[in-house]
Amino acid sequence: MSRVVRVASGQGFWGDWLEAPRRQVEGGPIDYLMLDYLAEVTMSILQKQKDRDPSLGYARDFVGAMESVLPAVRERGVRVIANAGGVNPTACAAAIRRILHGGAAAPALRIGVVTGDDLLPRLDELLAAGHALSHMETGEPLASVRDRVLSANAYLGAGPIVQALAQGAAVVITGRSTDTALTMAPLLFEFGWRRDDWDRLASGIVAGHIIECGAQSSGGNCLYDWRGVPDLASIGYPIVEGHADGSFVVYKHPNTGGRIDVHGVTEQLVYEMGDPHEYITPDVIADFTSIHLEQEGKDRVRVYGVTGRAPTDRLKVSIAYRAGFKAIGTLVYAWPDALDKARCADLVLRARLANLGLRFDEIRTEFVGVSATHGPLAGERADPPEVQLRVGVRGSDRAAVERFSRELAPLVLNGPPSVTGFAGGRPKVEEVVAYWPALIDKRVVTPAVHVEDA
Amino acid sequence: MKVRLVDLAHARSGDKGDTANVGVIALRPEWYPLLERELTTDRVARHFAGVITGGVERFELPNLTALNFLLHGALGGGGTLSLKTDAQGKVFSTALLRLELDVARDEARQLGLPGGTS
Repeated sequence: MSRVVRVASGQGFWGDWLEAPRRQVEGGPIDYLMLDYLAEVTMSILQKQKDRDPSLGYARDFVGAMESVLPAVRERGVRVIANAGGVNPTACAAAIRRILHGGAAAPALRIGVVTGDDLLPRLDELLAAGHALSHMETGEPLASVRDRVLSANAYLGAGPIVQALAQGAAVVITGRSTDTALTMAPLLFEFGWRRDDWDRLASGIVAGHIIECGAQSSGGNCLYDWRGVPDLASIGYPIVEGHADGSFVVYKHPNTGGRIDVHGVTEQLVYEMGDPHEYITPDVIADFTSIHLEQEGKDRVRVYGVTGRAPTDRLKVSIAYRAGFKAIGTLVYAWPDALDKARCADLVLRARLANLGLRFDEIRTEFVGVSATHGPLAGERADPPEVQLRVGVRGSDRAAVERFSRELAPLVLNGPPSVTGFAGGRPKVEEVVAYWPALIDKRVVTPAVHVEDA
Repeated sequence: MKVRLVDLAHARSGDKGDTANVGVIALRPEWYPLLERELTTDRVARHFAGVITGGVERFELPNLTALNFLLHGALGGGGTLSLKTDAQGKVFSTALLRLELDVARDEARQLGLPGGTS
């Protein structure tokens, strides 16, 4: 049998199952553990934490995850690749070093840190040099929100991770790398693919897309025959078994729950998809209309035939900026006439907000249990046992949003009847940190790789 | 006869800014051509009239017997700006599956569609 490289997904977002990383290294042989922590808004949350404390700004769950997989890393040579560094990969690496030194005289472990994605310190210089960083959807130049920018990070590709692996890193910590690069990099490194072998690189990207959301490709959140997915309680996270020719098999460890079949993998392939002909990454443009899937065996899906082409000369940049305040509150109205009571309460609330002269950019009312998720498509329903009134406001005036948060509770005594469910207290006022996607010339972004024994 | 899309396809949806994407996948490969023919951009735009504020785009993936729809202006601003319960468009998938298609009885019988045998 030809050589295979096994890359296991142990985390699909910051907040995913804490058990998953350990289960992936203990459930059977793997070569790499891939942990994806960063969603679009995660960077801004981390930037806020770093502003408060310069030693923070990374996904702290990663420290616990590393502790749980350390024996496998030390004894069996499993290598870990994670974008847990957030806006502070160096501090993240320092935190990992601390747990390594916690034990007795343990042998050194090489840690690789990828930086260079953080454009915040250079933002004014870049804008002055003519990089408008315009919003990818609206075309608005960044200058219009410049004074409210919290973080700005370029999405780096597989290159720096490959470099760290080549220098012997057992653990690679990145900041804003693309999710797919975390999986593609070890395949590229192990098989020594050329950097212009577009089809193989595209295969690696598809592999990354399939496992970057953790169990979403192994039976989690799967609509197809959802009742038939076995043992979700001990769901196995997906693993890519990569081959030198670019083809790969998605599988999971034996004696785990979940299901890996063509239906579920297809659901994950179309997740968050734009134009399938061009799935753009820093390393390659993958063509999702070239993907072939085949059920090779129980809980094994073979993926082959993927094609790709040369990437663009730009990188995507994830920018976060302060965009006002919001609060969302709920009350529950019971039968009879639950929906009418909830509607009445909404009207009363809105009248009071207007009488107070409060101004918002948006007030949104939803009736949970009736129309919150599908709107008018849900159709009319007979008098339901209860309806949750859910009202949210958003605006630039913090005081107005604060005042809104005080106007919901009084309705319990001075609004329509049969109301309950206010145990959670007043709605929390949150600052909105919004996402501003932009593009930048690749040449002005310089990734840096630092590998050292810890 | 009317055939419910939920009996012909499964789906998954996600977000990109204020746009929701819905991937619709034929439950059986032989049903894909019917979906490609009937589940047009116009048909989906009519279904979501009043629910989304922007247009609809469609991409075909015959290799996966799937169609990918982009629903623009679907998420109340999207991301953290959105006040919606479904700010990330996670359940636009099943909202699309509420759609019903008109299929000729003969074709429904030939394709073995649910309810097509009567």
